[in-house]
Amino acid sequence: MTTPPPQGGSAPKPTQRVVVTSPRTRAPRARRPYSGTREINEQSELGAVYMRTLIKAQRRLGLSVCLVVCTSLGLLPLLFTIEPDLGKAQVLGLGLPWFLLCVATFPMLLLAGWFYVRQAERSEREFAELVERP
Amino acid sequence: MTSGYAIVAVLIVALGTILVGAYGLRVSRTTSDFYVASRTVSPWWNASAIGGEYLSAASFVGIAGLIFAYGPDMLWFPVGYTAGYLVLLTMVAAPLRRSGAYTLPDFAEARFRSRVVRGVASVLALAIGWLYLLPQLEGAGLTLNTVTGAPDWVGALIVAVVVTVNVMSGGMRSITFVQAFQYWLKLTAITVPIVFLIVVWQVHGAESMTKPEYPQFRQDTKVTFSHQTTIHAERSIFINGTGEIDGLRIENAGHVLTDGYHRIGHGSEFTFPRGAPVPHVSTMAHNTNESWAQPESSGQRFPLYGVYSLIIATFLGTMGLPHVIVRFYTNPNGSAARRTTLIVLGLLSVFYLMPPLYGALGRLYTPELLMTGQTDAVVLVLPARMIDGIGGQLLGALVAGGAFAAFLSTSSGLVVSLAGVLSQDVLRLGGVRGFRISTVLAGIVPLAMTFVSTGMPVADMVGLAFAVAASSLCPLLMLGIWSSRITTIGAIAGMLAGGVPALTAGLVTMFTDTGDSWHTVLLSRPAAWTVPLGFSVMYVVSLLTRRHVPPGVQRTMVKLHAPENLGLDGSGSTTADERS
Repeated sequence: MTTPPPQGGSAPKPTQRVVVTSPRTRAPRARRPYSGTREINEQSELGAVYMRTLIKAQRRLGLSVCLVVCTSLGLLPLLFTIEPDLGKAQVLGLGLPWFLLCVATFPMLLLAGWFYVRQAERSEREFAELVERP
Repeated sequence: MTSGYAIVAVLIVALGTILVGAYGLRVSRTTSDFYVASRTVSPWWNASAIGGEYLSAASFVGIAGLIFAYGPDMLWFPVGYTAGYLVLLTMVAAPLRRSGAYTLPDFAEARFRSRVVRGVASVLALAIGWLYLLPQLEGAGLTLNTVTGAPDWVGALIVAVVVTVNVMSGGMRSITFVQAFQYWLKLTAITVPIVFLIVVWQVHGAESMTKPEYPQFRQDTKVTFSHQTTIHAERSIFINGTGEIDGLRIENAGHVLTDGYHRIGHGSEFTFPRGAPVPHVSTMAHNTNESWAQPESSGQRFPLYGVYSLIIATFLGTMGLPHVIVRFYTNPNGSAARRTTLIVLGLLSVFYLMPPLYGALGRLYTPELLMTGQTDAVVLVLPARMIDGIGGQLLGALVAGGAFAAFLSTSSGLVVSLAGVLSQDVLRLGGVRGFRISTVLAGIVPLAMTFVSTGMPVADMVGLAFAVAASSLCPLLMLGIWSSRITTIGAIAGMLAGGVPALTAGLVTMFTDTGDSWHTVLLSRPAAWTVPLGFSVMYVVSLLTRRHVPPGVQRTMVKLHAPENLGLDGSGSTTADERS
């Protein structure tokens, strides 16, 4: 693909014929010589940045799901202490503490778990697209 | 309650376990068989197996007993046991599977490349496992005592022997099918009876469980005191029978039990009249059914601290249990590990709807357990008490069988993982012989401990095992997975700083009588101070010893966090070339 460099000189040479070549093989050329996977496997700075981004995203997701669930559950004992009348309230014929802890908690935990799995898999998919892109 | 059917049910479960173990020996003879099998296990099977191993004596009999005695504060046990899996799912499940570790010590070594970190993790896993085995054996003793009247040590001995022999012969070893079956057996054994019991309760007029009255005897009730018991009577009662009260011998005669404290001698048998308020064992607060149904009715000092400590221990302790971690290895990859954990969350949610129902019905139908202090027996006694004749006995047998299945499956899982740790890291004995010696040791130690412990409720004991796991192995997993700054020295310091105080507190509560002093709750529920201690020591020491960051930590992080299908195994650029 290269043209021989023009010979030094003041007089312009007549136009030259140039041979245009292509690779001899019919096999496709390596499409992504420096994909993200390779960056990571070779432990380059860029690879480290990719990994750090993934870990940070997953850590933030995990911690926020945990914190939302644990805080909302963890506030209950405090609420019942501050406002003892709450313990006497009735929901569907059950005392409020019983309703919250026996019935309402478990679907909430499941929902939080389902949401987490969905988000975590999505962020892994995005990561895969990112590092496999040329 | 002595019932022939219950004995038969217990025998069937014990024999069945041995048979399936022997059969499994033929199925899974080589390690490669085991590995191949494990790769074809679907998340549903795997999740059922985790549920089968996880639902222990504490879940099957203990939670109902605690709720029965101490009210809604104890609902945090089932909630915490389940929420522990949410924390495990969000923080640990996928990276742990991707680390390729089979046990916790394996993870410690894979992450920190250090034999010392591995050693400390092994010792802690061993301690947690033994703490967890002890209540299983005590629960077995209690069950057998309730259904046959045999002394407490018989049940413990039977479970210890069955499990040890079974594990030694190679059966039960991570056979997913058996453990999965155990979950469904336990769910059936606890659900079918409660459906009938609720129908009966409705037929009896659906009596309110929260009336402003003390629990009272529904009929003339004959009560046998198998231990010397100090009881507290709210009102004076006229009782009848044979035995010893406050040192006074009574032979088949009437006696007025005045209000106040009384010491009832071992082996006494008295009949309490119908309608009389039930005296309580002296360590239990005397609550009307109405006040029992309120939060913080347990009568313990500093109830709020106790609840929060329990929440911390159960939420964070699940991930540190040695027999739970092993199961994650049978998932094919990290995403499957996540899906499995989500299903476990669902299976546990269904199971844990049941124990509180037993606890609440117990207030109406088996109040005398509040007096004998055998509150853990409420699940076992209720069916025969509420339903007369053969129906009740059969349901009682079903519950007893399920309870025994719970002890056997959890103990097997624990003994297998403990024997693995013992033979690899402590005794350093390889081969089948080493594994067998380790198995015997893993079974004998907790059996010996049952003879010296002070008989606290089984769920409380399990709570202590959770507290130790939450303050030592949980920081190792959480910080090890999510921070690349943790050093080997930091990891060791953190595990010891959290684990040793929690373990000491647990042993002191179990084996000595700490009485009623202010620090009792700090020792019986240590997690609220030991968990922050473990985490902060691990992180701060790591920051102070930056030069000891394990080598190749970046590659380890890639392995823990990158999805498997990208060819990012950190083994160099060849894979990337092949793929590109």
